[in-house]
Amino acid sequence: MNTEYVGIIFIYLATVALAIPLGKYIAKVFKGEKTWLDFMAPLERLIFKFSGIDPNKEMNWKQHLKALLTVNFIWLVYTFFCLLFQGKLPLNPDHNPSQTPDLAFNTALSFVTNTNLQDYSGESLATYYTQLFVLMFLHFVSAATGIAAMMVVFKAMKDKITDKLGNFWDYLVKSITRLLLPLSFVVAVILAFNGTPTSYKGKDTVIGLQGDTVHVSRGPAAAMIAIKQTGTNGGGWFGTNSAHPFENPNYVTNIVENISILLISIALVFALGYYLNKKKLAWVIFGVMTVGFLLMVFPSVTAEVGGNPAIAHMGISQPGGSMEGKEVRFGPAASAYWGITTTVTSNGSVNAMHDSMMPISGMAQMFDMMINSFYGGVGVGYLNFYIFIIIAVFISGLMVGRTPEFMGRKIEAREMKIASLIALLHPFIILVGTSLATYVLVHFPNVGWATKPSAWLNNPTYHGFTEMLYQFASSAANNGSGYAGLTANNIFWNVSTGLVIFVGRFFPIIGPVAIAGILANKKFIPESAGTLKTDTATFGIMIFAVIFIVAALSFFPALTLGPIAEHFSIK
Amino acid sequence: MERGWGEARKQKKIKEIMRSNQNTLFQGDQVREAFSQSFIKLNPRLLFRNPVMFTVEIGAAVMLIVTIFSLFNKGQGSFGYNLTIFIILFLTVQFATFAEAIAEARGKAQAESLRKTREETPARLLVNGKEQMVMSSQLKKGDVFICETGDNIPTDGEIIEGIATIDESAITGESAPVIRESGGDKSSVTGGTKVLSDRIKVMVTTQPGESFLDKMIALVEGASRQKTPNEIALTILLAGFTLIFVIVCVTLKPFADYANTPITIAAFISLFVCLIPTTIGGLLSAIGIAGMDRALRANVITKSGKAVETAGDLDTLLLDKTGTITIGNRKATNFYPTEGISEEDFVTACVLSSLADETPEGKSIVELGEQGKTKVSVKVPEGSAFIKFTAETRSSGLDTPGGLRIRKGAFDSIRNISIKAGNTFPADVEENVKVIASNGGTPLVVSQNEKILGVIELQDIIKPGIAERFERLRKMGVKTVMVTGDNPLTAKFIANKAGVDDFIAEAKPEDKMNYIKKEQQGGKLVAMMGDGTNDAPALAQADVGVAMNSGTQAAKEAGNMVDLDNDPTKLIEIVEIGKQLLMTRGTLTTFSIANDVAKYFAIVPALFMVSIPALRALNIMDLHSPQSAILSAVIFNAIIIPMLIPLALKGVEYKPIGASALLRRNLLIYGLGGILIPFIGIKLIDLVVGILI
Repeated sequence: MNTEYVGIIFIYLATVALAIPLGKYIAKVFKGEKTWLDFMAPLERLIFKFSGIDPNKEMNWKQHLKALLTVNFIWLVYTFFCLLFQGKLPLNPDHNPSQTPDLAFNTALSFVTNTNLQDYSGESLATYYTQLFVLMFLHFVSAATGIAAMMVVFKAMKDKITDKLGNFWDYLVKSITRLLLPLSFVVAVILAFNGTPTSYKGKDTVIGLQGDTVHVSRGPAAAMIAIKQTGTNGGGWFGTNSAHPFENPNYVTNIVENISILLISIALVFALGYYLNKKKLAWVIFGVMTVGFLLMVFPSVTAEVGGNPAIAHMGISQPGGSMEGKEVRFGPAASAYWGITTTVTSNGSVNAMHDSMMPISGMAQMFDMMINSFYGGVGVGYLNFYIFIIIAVFISGLMVGRTPEFMGRKIEAREMKIASLIALLHPFIILVGTSLATYVLVHFPNVGWATKPSAWLNNPTYHGFTEMLYQFASSAANNGSGYAGLTANNIFWNVSTGLVIFVGRFFPIIGPVAIAGILANKKFIPESAGTLKTDTATFGIMIFAVIFIVAALSFFPALTLGPIAEHFSIK
Repeated sequence: MERGWGEARKQKKIKEIMRSNQNTLFQGDQVREAFSQSFIKLNPRLLFRNPVMFTVEIGAAVMLIVTIFSLFNKGQGSFGYNLTIFIILFLTVQFATFAEAIAEARGKAQAESLRKTREETPARLLVNGKEQMVMSSQLKKGDVFICETGDNIPTDGEIIEGIATIDESAITGESAPVIRESGGDKSSVTGGTKVLSDRIKVMVTTQPGESFLDKMIALVEGASRQKTPNEIALTILLAGFTLIFVIVCVTLKPFADYANTPITIAAFISLFVCLIPTTIGGLLSAIGIAGMDRALRANVITKSGKAVETAGDLDTLLLDKTGTITIGNRKATNFYPTEGISEEDFVTACVLSSLADETPEGKSIVELGEQGKTKVSVKVPEGSAFIKFTAETRSSGLDTPGGLRIRKGAFDSIRNISIKAGNTFPADVEENVKVIASNGGTPLVVSQNEKILGVIELQDIIKPGIAERFERLRKMGVKTVMVTGDNPLTAKFIANKAGVDDFIAEAKPEDKMNYIKKEQQGGKLVAMMGDGTNDAPALAQADVGVAMNSGTQAAKEAGNMVDLDNDPTKLIEIVEIGKQLLMTRGTLTTFSIANDVAKYFAIVPALFMVSIPALRALNIMDLHSPQSAILSAVIFNAIIIPMLIPLALKGVEYKPIGASALLRRNLLIYGLGGILIPFIGIKLIDLVVGILI
């Protein structure tokens, strides 16, 4: 078999093999059982003591959300001002300038929300201080926020729990000290030993083979890249992200980083099984997610390995597959596989230029983000999935003639209202955002903005449409990857995607936590013979159908005018 | 015995035939009424309650304007094409309102046929002790009237004096007369039934126009129909889907502008109407009404739509043993004389002691003695004294003038009598007593002049077929609980034999209540059936309380359903009706949404393939032209509604095969079917439409 295929199969199997024990470990951590990382406990106690927090105080779902939103707001303000004044702050050896207010707004929102839609390049528009103490800090806490919110939902799913849903700060801190920090440490060490810079020195000056002088950006990058992958953040040190030879020097680092992208997201699904002692349910959820994931991987890998038909029509053979925008050290299969993993998980780091990929790959990547719950971002992926479970439970409960119930609680009008709104929100912000962009582009192409709308797109027609659709899908899914062909660092895109990012982050956290909290307060109904079991393959098919149909129906017309039209045009 | 059952079966058959006649889905007059009603229901203010169809109506209104506009301007397509789309959209709404109207008409017809039994009849009102003839409609709550042999009972009431046999066949279809008497739990009479013998004084219990039947009719007519919680939740989900497609269609306009693809308003509205879940939206209220109607067809009056829905969720059923699980009362099944006593002597003594005994047990002893293999025939000697059963002696018997003292009763009480007189208790009798008790029977020991003669075995006769019904309930996930006054040992034996899951032995009225509360605290939904006033609190406490029509007014007020047939096994049917109701909603929702896949493949290529020829590849159905594709999709979308009306009214068949298997089955039929059927349907319609345009 082609070694490229062996490579990606190995990456996937290794990910799952690591995710299962990691899931078990995560469940243990949050159940308060003994683990070998208990030596972190004094550090946690110190943090709580310093902050005056009682980590044993039980919170209800409203208190959880209040804590979550408050602390996120504080981070947002802190980030915004740091970026706005970074030029004057310390640790700026390259003398990079401060960010403009709209860019700082977009970047702050983007990093607080675990999105990392980088409308800037780290080499020129960030300093070592902001990279390390603002952006990397957010890499940790934004991922931890997702995990903490997920833990609230996990806890609420327990039998006979009412409104004692654990402590938000406890979840938040433990997510970092027991999971993100140790895991990132391991990844960072591997990256550093493979050549990723870990230096506080400014740009290096190198004389190239042609004799010209090149200034090469460096910095303490390895640490940031590790957490960017494990925390499904995706915001890299350098502008070209993991396609950059410093961020992702070789195939080994590519394997390690690619495993890191999926690892925690998958592990959390298994953690659910161990935490609630419902391993079968975890496997059903994992199965549904995996089927969805593989359905995206196959066409994308096939399309990239098969090469570009437009080039083939010119009579040029492409033995290496479609290589435009790809790194030779990774090849088309590993690039396509990465492209899918980074979009299913809301990670958004790239090791190849998505803009240059085949329309089928582009469609698969956008579809991943439109669904945003096949594995999904750490914590939040499951929250999105939870909404689909609720809808699937509701419809299938009716189909078997019983008032729908999930985890022993009846699903009624209030929960359906929230679930419908959240399910509706995602298509709403993507489609409305894109339609706004196309409207401006068609009707005001030459309006006197700094960047005229007519200059937004590098590509005309279908591909240009895809660039815009992708940008909004990526923002709404808090993914952060983008089509480089779109000129996005201007007021229109910074502000519109900033708002989409905000809405796309916090409402899909509030919704599931609220539903879970409301359900937990309801009367617990023990399972009986008439209960529809949710841990069966049949129910898995039902969830899959709901996800696929909701996403497919919402986005089919838009996808038709973008990648589908492009695909059939170049065929 | 045999004859009795044959008769009952025959009656049942007649009833079934009667019902199946009523079940013809569309009757001429109902269709006519529904047709005119369907226009009234087009009123936007009424339609507003149904967000899905309301948006279709708006779409139709917009199309009307576009159609008129296209008379003068060709920018939005030809007049004929726009008019056709308008008509189809109008019909889509009309089909939906018709579905609701026909469901109402059927429900009303069913209720009316019951109401007919209580047309104006003369009533003999008692005013200050004097009789006065008034019409039944003039009777008010609290009035007292008299009925005698041959009189029709003018309205619902409670007997306050007297006893009578009553023919309730007009209501229940059972021709066997029933006995109703004052006091006790069988004191209720229903308007429209007929007194066959004797004379009763009845107090009116309901105001005119407020009987359960009146309430039910109002419920069906929609005046007081409220959406059930589940219906509301589904409506929210459907509104969510509708909103998604509003967004999809509105945002498509700038997308199409970017792609330089003009899309007509007709195409936009067609796409929108095809995508929103019109099938379920159009049939939703019809399904709810049909559920209540099906309950009524099973001769159950429901006081709210919610009760029917709740019935589908029941976890626990409380059933009285007597009359539900077993036929009537215990019957004597065997005589076991002790050693040295001939069977004939023993049976004779048993019969003698029981001839004057009016209890069902006593009667059954006489019956077995006279008709069993011994065939004794004796008469009570003149001047004998019958000793009645008391709780103290726990025995009864007969003292003859000839000096015979026969006693029969509980094992220990007769043993005491015998031992007190200095006699021993025979070991073989004791052995028989044990065997009978362990078989769930009741031993009755018989003594003559304080000497033990033997033991009679009384057994409960379990209704044939009841075990299968419980098995069916178990597969539905419903736990059955038998309530009985028997001792725990007997109760357990019968419970095992009948296949119930649990039992309450030596039950007092408050035990039922406690059991219901306990189950409810565990999150279970409980149903019970009752008739007596002392059942009323438990009926009210139960999530579904079914009162028998023959029961007291208090019981009927407390429950949320009234069973006109007084059939305790009716709960099983009620559960199935409730499940069918939810299933019909769920499956049609799935079907409706699954249909969208094919509609997309019809309309989306039609929208774009002129300006983007590459998208012809999406026209996988190979439809004739963009116009015919859009027309075919909206036509399919419209006609699927009337085609599914029969299913909505009859309900999706419930099979007790377990929840997962049922989900699999319905997903396959309505999910996969919902994806495939419109591909075929739209293609077929397109073949016809393609010829016409």
